[in-house]
Amino acid sequence: MPEKPKVTFYWCASCGGCEESVVDLAENILDVVAAVDIVMWPVAMDFKKKDVEAMEDKSILVSMINGAIRTSEQEEMAKLMRRKSQLVIAYGSCAHLGGIPGLANQFQREEILQYIFEESPSTVNPQKTRPERKVMTNGNAVTLPNFFNVVRALDQVIDVDYYLPGCPPTPKLLKQALDALLSGNLPEKGTVLAPDIALCDECPKKDTKPSDLKFTEFKRPHLVQIDSATCLLAQGIVCMGPATRGGCEGVCISGNMPCTGCFGPTSRVKDQGAKILSALASQVEAKDEKGIDATLATIPDPVGTFYRYGLPISLLRRKNF
Amino acid sequence: MLTAGEQSKTNTWEPRIVAFFCNWCTYTAADLAGVSRLRHAPNARIIRVMCSGRVDPQFILDAFSKGADGVLLGGCHPGDCHYMEGNYKALRRMRLLKRMLKDMGIEEHRFRLEWISASEGERIKTVINEMTEQVRTLGPLGLPKKFEEWDTEMEVLERTVNGKEEAVHA
Ligand code: SF4
Ligand code: SF4
Ligand code: FES
Repeated sequence: MPEKPKVTFYWCASCGGCEESVVDLAENILDVVAAVDIVMWPVAMDFKKKDVEAMEDKSILVSMINGAIRTSEQEEMAKLMRRKSQLVIAYGSCAHLGGIPGLANQFQREEILQYIFEESPSTVNPQKTRPERKVMTNGNAVTLPNFFNVVRALDQVIDVDYYLPGCPPTPKLLKQALDALLSGNLPEKGTVLAPDIALCDECPKKDTKPSDLKFTEFKRPHLVQIDSATCLLAQGIVCMGPATRGGCEGVCISGNMPCTGCFGPTSRVKDQGAKILSALASQVEAKDEKGIDATLATIPDPVGTFYRYGLPISLLRRKNF
Repeated sequence: MLTAGEQSKTNTWEPRIVAFFCNWCTYTAADLAGVSRLRHAPNARIIRVMCSGRVDPQFILDAFSKGADGVLLGGCHPGDCHYMEGNYKALRRMRLLKRMLKDMGIEEHRFRLEWISASEGERIKTVINEMTEQVRTLGPLGLPKKFEEWDTEMEVLERTVNGKEEAVHA
């Protein structure tokens, strides 16, 4: 029997949701397990780094890496998986765009450590103790990785072959990607494995999307009664659909929640945040500075709203200090 | 305007301002300033666009990320846009962009929106001179260089882990 192709799943700065999405393949996961040999999957199986190190370079068919890169350990593992794999897939928004962890790019490393170890409401640490990078215990050195000042998407650290978008990717897209990989029927390198068209195009509410809007106020979704039959933008709710790639089939929209942009932009957009900023602001009704500012003030956190998942790959990458 | 290479040779930094001017008003005013031999700072590199409403906020971020120290956007006065609504669209976008730039740590004076009509050659001179001096006071933004500096935190790992040196502890 020929050897089964080797596959790994690895996680970096992530919440675990992407791992969950693999399990969401439900009974299809059995076909996957039958077709491939999983040689590394920290969340589910007990393989060690040294097992991967012992493998020959390029002996793994594909590594699916989720999570952003924010520590030296994640960087090291990503580089190791790259060396051992023929293909690397950036799995999920954090690996693809930097993701939610990428919002930390609004702060300096020291600000974050200080908040976490000293200031957060649930912290009691009068001595201001911080973890040591290296401790000796029973004659063994225990080390912590370096915590970077900049959060990065996977392709800002290693070469990436494909991107599977989503927070997390849907089982359908994962299944399609796996089928393509196992059949060898692969698209061009660098492809995002989802349709290259804005979400509005596949949105169940798209027939009610007006061609011209006149915003006087942006409403927070939890403060209004949402009409489930109508486009959210038409109801004055910030929806990232116009600046976001489709492929999720509008799962959030169907649940009456606006799109927050997790699939990232289409290939024609360089900066997802600037794109939605432009689309929303240009349709404000007011014509004078004061009126415009008053309407736009109802978007209290433009960076966190427009770059919810994509700050690390945005044109500015992080806050400038 | 000096290129980055020339600047490093002479080692004197000069503000680099990218100016997007609408064809019908501000660009014509810049032309007029030239024809009238008005002297103004040589720091603005002018890009002609058909309308201030054509300037996507992505262009402005792109200019900063590629090394601009300041970005100036010029269009027709309210009511005078040749495409009716273009300058209102520009104004609305730029109000929000200004706030966002501030949140991203880019100082207010690095980005400016001005309405300058075809006959206001004098105003071109004033605005460019003023902005050049404001940006000079702020100093270089230098994002391309910062991007490089940020990424040196990864090279440390190359040296310490892959090069097997003793790790530096923070
Ligand atoms: S803006 Fe949002 S709700 Fe409206 S059509 Fe687009 S994705 Fe659907
Ligand atoms: S609707 Fe938007 S946020 Fe929700 S899954 Fe789709 S792309 Fe992601
Ligand atoms: S044509 Fe000048 S701003 Fe529109």
